[in-house]
Amino acid sequence: MRLRTLWLIPVALVLVVTGCSTEDDGDGGEGAAAAACEPGGTDGDLVLYNWSEYIDPELITQFEQQYGVSVTEDFFPSNEDMLAKVSSGASGFDVVVPSDYMVAIMIEEGLLAELQADAIPNLANLDPEFTDLPFDPEGRYSVPYQWGTSGIAVDTNVVGEDFEQSWGIIFDPEQADAYSGKISMLNDPRESLGAALKYLGYSLNTSDPDELAEAQELLTETTARLATYDSDQFEDLLVGGETAVAHGWSGDFFRAFDEASTDDFDAYEQYSYFVPEEGGVRWVDNMAILADAPHPCTAHTFVDFMLDAENGAALTNFNFYASPNAAAEEFIDPEILEDPAIYPPEEVVANLEFIEDTGDFETQYSDAFTQAKG
Amino acid sequence: MTTDFGVVPDLTPEQEHESGAPALEAASERRAARRGFLVALPSFAYLVIFFAIPLVIVLVYSFATRNPRGITELRDWNVEAYRALAEPLLRSVLVRTLVLALLTTVICLALSYPFAYYMATRDSEVVRTLLLIGVMIPFWSNFLVRTYVIRVLLSSSGPLSEASQSIGLGEVDIAFSNAAVLIGLVYGFLPFMILPLYAALERIDWNLVEAARDLYASGWKAFRRVVWPLSRPGVVAGCILVFVPSFGAYVTSDILGGAKNPLFGNYIVNQFLQARDWPAGAAVSVVILAVMLIGTLVYFRTGGRTL
Repeated sequence: MRLRTLWLIPVALVLVVTGCSTEDDGDGGEGAAAAACEPGGTDGDLVLYNWSEYIDPELITQFEQQYGVSVTEDFFPSNEDMLAKVSSGASGFDVVVPSDYMVAIMIEEGLLAELQADAIPNLANLDPEFTDLPFDPEGRYSVPYQWGTSGIAVDTNVVGEDFEQSWGIIFDPEQADAYSGKISMLNDPRESLGAALKYLGYSLNTSDPDELAEAQELLTETTARLATYDSDQFEDLLVGGETAVAHGWSGDFFRAFDEASTDDFDAYEQYSYFVPEEGGVRWVDNMAILADAPHPCTAHTFVDFMLDAENGAALTNFNFYASPNAAAEEFIDPEILEDPAIYPPEEVVANLEFIEDTGDFETQYSDAFTQAKG
Repeated sequence: MTTDFGVVPDLTPEQEHESGAPALEAASERRAARRGFLVALPSFAYLVIFFAIPLVIVLVYSFATRNPRGITELRDWNVEAYRALAEPLLRSVLVRTLVLALLTTVICLALSYPFAYYMATRDSEVVRTLLLIGVMIPFWSNFLVRTYVIRVLLSSSGPLSEASQSIGLGEVDIAFSNAAVLIGLVYGFLPFMILPLYAALERIDWNLVEAARDLYASGWKAFRRVVWPLSRPGVVAGCILVFVPSFGAYVTSDILGGAKNPLFGNYIVNQFLQARDWPAGAAVSVVILAVMLIGTLVYFRTGGRTL
């Protein structure tokens, strides 16, 4: 008899769980950050939630030694994964590294603590261009970490030296059919549909169903030409010879080229990365402190540490992404600084767009992407 | 075969009644039942916490609302997510997944039956054990890693391709295709078919086959009338064990299929991690679960009994 009422346990538990989570909806970032933090102050060990291979392990060690705390690092493969883990609350993380559009979402959801500028004196090192970004005006909740572009890398042994720096190498049948089965695109609706939208001359943040439908049609035709949609290994597939034309993120390509290079082989000569002339995605990843961070003061100190000129340069020298840290430039390898693929010239930057959250329209992108695949 | 289920316990109390010490026996039975419950409690608790509760949460979320920022809000309960299931987009995904899962099951059965038959008919215990270990070796390494290895094997620069080029047959390039997904699924789920088949075939009393032959049944007829019916529980178990996970597979399609032909599993993952539409992903999961559950129940209610 008693067994029959046991099914009530899960139901009751769910009610308790959901009851809790709706209560703290919509709070601002006050709570945990209320206590004032001093520059260089600590209040415990740091828990960092970051993308993988995004920070030089040396920097972590240095931070640990300098401030006598230990750092636990956990990794996320996408902004959405990170959001899923953080949004349920009490995740235990102090510092997270969301991209642009995700910062906006997290601010609106009340997941981020307002930064205490007094505890981060190195904020002065930031390039002024990065202090007032559209997703976080005035930078009240986030500090730019690194930035980069999405573009195309090609194997010049296959496509030759004389190719147009255009999305046409993927979308235009006349150019691209020659590489059929040797092309990869990012397995991400906003990135791949965004590339198609740019090629068609539209904004990659469009909320116009007709423009999206056009991009979907273009991508449907393109799918037949692709080897794979891949966001994790596109750079390895290119360097491994499985693909010849790859859509992907700048820094991942450069890391792969760097690792493939040996004393008698310069991968940078065989492979070439470019931002298509029609423009593409520009993104900024940002450090932010969670509203429920257990160690907000250590978190502020870590943000300040990463903004240090030499540390910022060490970061770029490690991950080959451009730094928003103006003071760091003198310590960055000149090869990186002068590489137009990493620091694109102004006229290229002018054509780039941040991915912005399109609200309810976002599901249209996802459905269009699924449909384009077949 | 299944007629011995449940019959004995049902009869026992009544027999005890007639035999004369009802109260005492009943009390000791209750004690035994309570002891049994206590022993089963850990696994019962485990299932409730990690199986039942998550399922209820999935069900609850499928009626929730996605706010404009892609966060699920547990209010304004609605069935919008279930309405979206009727769209043609999902139908094509469903058909593709069904075909692939059925093909996987049929191929697995065709490959496994002769192998399991061979294993079960070996006289030597050592040979049987060695073959069994061989079947289980793949479980000792990670499925994801093995799937990546298959991709290398099937790729245009892989060993298969090199071998076929060296004998003049040209390049083999089946990585990133539906064929590659099928190969990966069959490979991944083959042991789930072989093991129940082997268990069923190994239990068969081969004297029955001998008797059939003595009564002038041909080899084929003896198989069809004796071996096959006796092995059917293994066939059914194997088919369920292969069909259900291949219906929900998604890494195989991403890694070996190049994510070009989304399966149901991919669709669900994309709802959660790309569209951030948890209610939609939860609704699809609930529907699949319900269909699987009903299918299995119907089977055990009807055909299952008479096997």
